[in-house]
Amino acid sequence: MKKKTISYAKWGYIFLIPFFVVYFIFSFLPLIQTFGYSFLDYVVGQGTVKSIRDPGAGDSTIINNGFCGFANYSAVLKSDGLFSLSFKNTVILWLVGFVPQIIVSLLLASWFTDIRLKLKAQGFFKTVIYLPNVIMASALSLLFYSLFTQDGALDTLFGNPVLLTKIWGARGVVGFINFLMWYGNTTILLMAAMMGIDTSLYEAAQIDGANPSQVFWQITMPLIKPILAYVLVTSMIGGLQMYDVPYLIGGTSGNPSGVLQTLVSQIQLGKNSSVGRVSALSVMVFIVSAILGFITLKVMDDQSIRTRYGKKKKK
Amino acid sequence: MAQLKRFLAGTMALCVAGSLMTACGGSEDKDSSNGGAAKSADGKNSIADVSAADTEKLKEENTGKKYNIYCWNTEFQSRFETYYWPNKDEALWDGVEVNWVINPNDDNNYQIKLDEALGKQNKDGGDDNVDLFLVEADYCQKYVTSDACLDVIGEVGVTKDDLKNQYAYTQEAMTDGNGTLKGVSWQATPGLFMYNAEYAKQVLGTDDPAEVQKAVADWDKFAETAQKMADAGIAMVAGFDDTYRCFSNNVAGPWVQDGKVVIDPQIDEWVKQTKDYTDKGYNKKASLWDETWTAGQKIDGGVFGYFYSTWGIPFCLLPNTLDKSTDEGGELKEGNGGYGKWRACEGPQAYFWGGTWICGAYGSDNIAITRDIMLKLTCDTDIMAKITETEQDYTNNKEAIKKLIDGGYTNPFLGGQDHLSLLSSAAENINMSGKLSAYDQGCNETFQGAMKDYFNGNSSYDEALAKFKTDIKTKYGDLTVD
Repeated sequence: MKKKTISYAKWGYIFLIPFFVVYFIFSFLPLIQTFGYSFLDYVVGQGTVKSIRDPGAGDSTIINNGFCGFANYSAVLKSDGLFSLSFKNTVILWLVGFVPQIIVSLLLASWFTDIRLKLKAQGFFKTVIYLPNVIMASALSLLFYSLFTQDGALDTLFGNPVLLTKIWGARGVVGFINFLMWYGNTTILLMAAMMGIDTSLYEAAQIDGANPSQVFWQITMPLIKPILAYVLVTSMIGGLQMYDVPYLIGGTSGNPSGVLQTLVSQIQLGKNSSVGRVSALSVMVFIVSAILGFITLKVMDDQSIRTRYGKKKKK
Repeated sequence: MAQLKRFLAGTMALCVAGSLMTACGGSEDKDSSNGGAAKSADGKNSIADVSAADTEKLKEENTGKKYNIYCWNTEFQSRFETYYWPNKDEALWDGVEVNWVINPNDDNNYQIKLDEALGKQNKDGGDDNVDLFLVEADYCQKYVTSDACLDVIGEVGVTKDDLKNQYAYTQEAMTDGNGTLKGVSWQATPGLFMYNAEYAKQVLGTDDPAEVQKAVADWDKFAETAQKMADAGIAMVAGFDDTYRCFSNNVAGPWVQDGKVVIDPQIDEWVKQTKDYTDKGYNKKASLWDETWTAGQKIDGGVFGYFYSTWGIPFCLLPNTLDKSTDEGGELKEGNGGYGKWRACEGPQAYFWGGTWICGAYGSDNIAITRDIMLKLTCDTDIMAKITETEQDYTNNKEAIKKLIDGGYTNPFLGGQDHLSLLSSAAENINMSGKLSAYDQGCNETFQGAMKDYFNGNSSYDEALAKFKTDIKTKYGDLTVD
């Protein structure tokens, strides 16, 4: 018997081709190259310029001593190496922004979706909380820098504490910018998850006399777990790549005390000279991000499908 | 199918993670600006007009249609557009287009962009080639030791006689081991101590430069005066980096010796002094170029003085001290902010700061233009005198400076003071040899950045030093540190 269905999937793949071609050339090949560099004792000297008069002489600035095994990795991983210095900074900066972000987002999302509250003008509020995300991170950073820097508007108002020269002050400002930029996005995601919950569950809970906090912890939280995990992991990956905000607040040295020097700051600092070493650092960021990515996939795949639909079927 | 979907989803996720990572790799900055606003000299300035015969000669020698100039700010651009090409509507050199490529200096950014462009330089010429580039004292050695610069005498065709009025040190700094001159400068950069005359009168009872000089004649006297200023609620200097050049340009050896970073005792001296000043409240904890530092240059800014080199007067102090900028229609006369209320004295220690050189790039197909620019903007005595008179810059021409001093030069911005006499004796004594390395910009910036933490009390000296060493090793992978 002849198959009569038309395969639309084919078109899907055809439309995906441009992405994969561009990705392959501009992202995948450089990625492989970075892996390669990370095993080379490769440095670009900054003390001179490539010869113009004798183009055949090659680039004298490149000092490439060939394959060096895991030497770059062990240098980066040493107790005073680049990874250990900046990984801690990155994680702290991420936590300072993420903890308030997830709390505020959960609160807002549950208010917006609450069937009894029935908030008015939701569209307006959703737009407003999402707005900071539309502004460029660099623009926000510069704004906050000028507010909190020495003799800045808020600095003067609070009696010149010069927040940006204090370790926790600087961390707080960076964290607050990240919070401001991303809580809207997280709220929207969590709202989508909460709206997907069957309202009959809430009605049943109300009839059974559950108070709002019980409803939140016993019904909402377990059911939005997969999206929550997704938010957590994507935010972690984003956090690992944090660069623009801390750089604009703390400069190359990541002042104060280098606590604003993140993993990517180190890569940026060394990319023009210590190619081998910062390639090793990049690869390590990649590996950590990849692990986190796989965790998301696993969580999304297993739990969302089984808890939501699997259990229902059993009934 | 489900398997395939899952595989595709997985691949996509990896791709996204991967592309995030590589995105920060080799992004090419197209931060070039063409032209820009220029101070055009209302047509009456005719010194730079190219005579008909010259134009003919230029036409013959020039094959390129585009003249690319690499620099990091608009200082040279405004000199060029005011004194070399005053009438923008007129075609220059038979219609050769001037293309300005301006990349900010910070974090070695300019050097990196310039090296990239020089790396693509075609030795047989071409319109994409760099024709002219500017270098600063902090990294001029990098280009002097390379073969990227044209020999000013042998290849560009400027004669020794043309260069005779320039200060010897400006040429020594740009001369390589074989005695080849690689670049020329329009300015000499001896340093001075610029002070606020109102505060001088208030605290020291006089604003006479000779008297004030006595109060800051050496570092002990300087500290004494700083205490008096502090008692009156005035900071002696704006921030940490202000006195830096007094020490860093009097070092015994360069930052980098045989591939190793060496911290000179003079640099240590700066750290000790600045920590002391910070603890005693002699400064406002500003960093160079930041807002607090700039704000202190207002006449009531609460800062007594600034260590400035010659270029600092026209390029920083003058615009920063005005209440109404010239762009807003402010006039350059007494009553507009601090105009006329600053004075200059030698300060506690002779030093120099900065200096910009013009270099012709090898592979340029407009060498005749380069020669013409070098002759007019660094050798021509009349133009040099005019620049010093109108722009307050200290030009690299002894003859022009002498003429001005003999002609009874007074500077209205400095309340009628003749600061050229102070500078000309200082300029004669500058010696840059053995003090410069190719890595100075990165070392200076990183060291100042790291020490800021020590001054602010966030870390100990050893911690700050360790931070400097880690950062400099990453920034310059080819160097070693202790």
